[in-house]
Amino acid sequence: MTAHGRGKSVPPKVWAGVVLVALALALLPFVAALAGQAWVRILNFAMIYIMLALGLNIVVGFAGLLDLGYIAFYAVGAYMYALLASPHFGIHLPFWVILPLGAGLACIFGILLGAPTLKLRGDYLAIVTLGFGEIIRIFLNNLNTPVNVTNGPQGVNLIDPFHVAGFSFARAQSILGVPFSGPQKYYYVLLLLTIGVIVINIRLQNSRLGRAWEAIREDEVAAKAMGINTRNVKLLAFAMGASFGGIAGGIFSATQEFVSPESFGLFESIIVLAMVVLGGMGNIPGVILGAILLTLLPEVLRSTMEPLQNALFGRVLLDAETVRLLVFGIALVAIMLYRPAGLWPSAVRKRELEVPKVVAE
Amino acid sequence: MDTFLQQLINGLTLGSVYALVALGYTMVYGIIGLINFAHGEVVMIGAMVSLSVIMALLGAHAPLPSVVIILAGLLVAITVCMAIAYAMEKIAYRPLRKAPRLAPLITAIGMSIILQNLALIVWGRNYLTFPTLIQPTPYNVLGASMTDLQMLIVVLAGLLMAGLVFVVQRTRLGMAMRATAQNPQVAGLMGIDINVVISAAFVIGAALAAVAGLMVMTYYGIAHYYMGFLLGLKAFTAAVLGGIGNLAGAMLGGVLLGIIEALGAGYIGDVSNICGFPFLSDSLQQQCAASEGQVSMFGSNYQDVFAFFVLILVLIFRPSGLLGERVSERA
Repeated sequence: MTAHGRGKSVPPKVWAGVVLVALALALLPFVAALAGQAWVRILNFAMIYIMLALGLNIVVGFAGLLDLGYIAFYAVGAYMYALLASPHFGIHLPFWVILPLGAGLACIFGILLGAPTLKLRGDYLAIVTLGFGEIIRIFLNNLNTPVNVTNGPQGVNLIDPFHVAGFSFARAQSILGVPFSGPQKYYYVLLLLTIGVIVINIRLQNSRLGRAWEAIREDEVAAKAMGINTRNVKLLAFAMGASFGGIAGGIFSATQEFVSPESFGLFESIIVLAMVVLGGMGNIPGVILGAILLTLLPEVLRSTMEPLQNALFGRVLLDAETVRLLVFGIALVAIMLYRPAGLWPSAVRKRELEVPKVVAE
Repeated sequence: MDTFLQQLINGLTLGSVYALVALGYTMVYGIIGLINFAHGEVVMIGAMVSLSVIMALLGAHAPLPSVVIILAGLLVAITVCMAIAYAMEKIAYRPLRKAPRLAPLITAIGMSIILQNLALIVWGRNYLTFPTLIQPTPYNVLGASMTDLQMLIVVLAGLLMAGLVFVVQRTRLGMAMRATAQNPQVAGLMGIDINVVISAAFVIGAALAAVAGLMVMTYYGIAHYYMGFLLGLKAFTAAVLGGIGNLAGAMLGGVLLGIIEALGAGYIGDVSNICGFPFLSDSLQQQCAASEGQVSMFGSNYQDVFAFFVLILVLIFRPSGLLGERVSERA
């Protein structure tokens, strides 16, 4: 991926490409705003999902540990932010304090989940993580009696948006004569954070730790024999994946200004897993593609299904929400059938899948 | 003592339904190593189809005896579920048999979403009530009450499980299934048509799921397009608890999970009563006074936590489930 060596200078063509992409990313929220502010929000969601999917990719894609309860860490981060920056407890800490705290707490939860499950393999690990995710959700749902901690199913609202000394990211405002809406301002914060997460992930993958994860994924016994401390390395995968989830959760809380246990069900975990697998497990650009695709697809379907039915049958036969999910399900199956290794698989995985064909010839 | 026995009976009833569904998961897993996430939806389709048939027959002019009506509903549901499972395997799983392990898991999730939303389109968003065809009469069993409906569910589930064990252990198809589970390639070389065997595992599981769907619906009196999700999750948990891929394990896991849940729901309120603690805040002391010393940290709404917690504990000490053998990791 980062094939060019340290000493070499970067060719001007690459620079031009980087500048063009940066320009496109900077202008994107204004282009999206032409179709309505809702689309800017969707872009923001796509970036939150990119962070989540990249976090899960560390556990599933790099280390090969199937985690079906990943959304629990997202929930931990989201509730951490919600409780420390809302009128619920009357605490209003700034976001740069809470986000690291949320990441830290999620990291502790990751180790809590990881430590007892190190011995488990494959699908047993999947079901334990799934159970863990459900346990967290049920606790969030019920911790309103006898002591009200999470406010139960009603959730926490009036959460503080990001703000720095009077500059709030939620309000519409004109900067240097250019009108910015709340979601557009958030877009740039999210963009910076997402780029940060992507860079960390790329560096991780090419690090000593990243190679250790890959070794464990391919063959745990052999990895152990090569002197890798599999216990610590696996725990690190859980902890690091979880802390990305925690950060994404905090941002989710701040952008929505409302959290409830409903947002953290098993279905969410499954969707994030689908992003990782469908995009191309273990391959960072693939995972990003999967996250963008699976965030945009339902929204595009939502806005096109009713006009489409009107055009085809002259009336709305089926509820847009239902058709949207139905098509989403069909798309999941179809994409997997045509690209079993994901839309953009890593080079290693692609090679693995091609081996049987070569042998058959 | 009778609370205990009562919860045990309730748990046994629910547990035998879990066991029936868990068998479907475990058979498929044992043979092709796939978590068939859509299995819970097959249970839901079974409940919905049988409900539709029963309602249609109740509306017919000539009154039929209720046993005939229920049997007709069950037969249609079994047929539909078998057809769905067969088609599902052929479309979504068979082409991916040699793909990376997580690919069929994602198609299974896709199938689950598809089935759920098809059901939503056909049967609507509302809870459907099951007509009281069988009026449950309670019987006294050692001081606790057990309805004839509960007895019927337990006995029928037991018979079906015995039948399945007979098929797997004593028939040619069963022998082929066991051989395929051990090694598909070698089984193929021995002249076994692996595709037929795998289809059979799906179809048999679906038939059991249809029966379980009807049972759950008669027991609770309602059906809903979303009912398959939690039921499937519990049944899968049960299968893992017993040791996935192992028939006896699925049965044991199902019954155990049902009992653990019922006992947990029955006792967790008393066990976690905090009014006895010496250092309570003022508001908690007021709550205790107002409710006659009954303020629980965890109420019966923590029932599901209990089930998953026990599962995690069991897996920590027995990483392959209660009756599971050590399995090696598949890539």
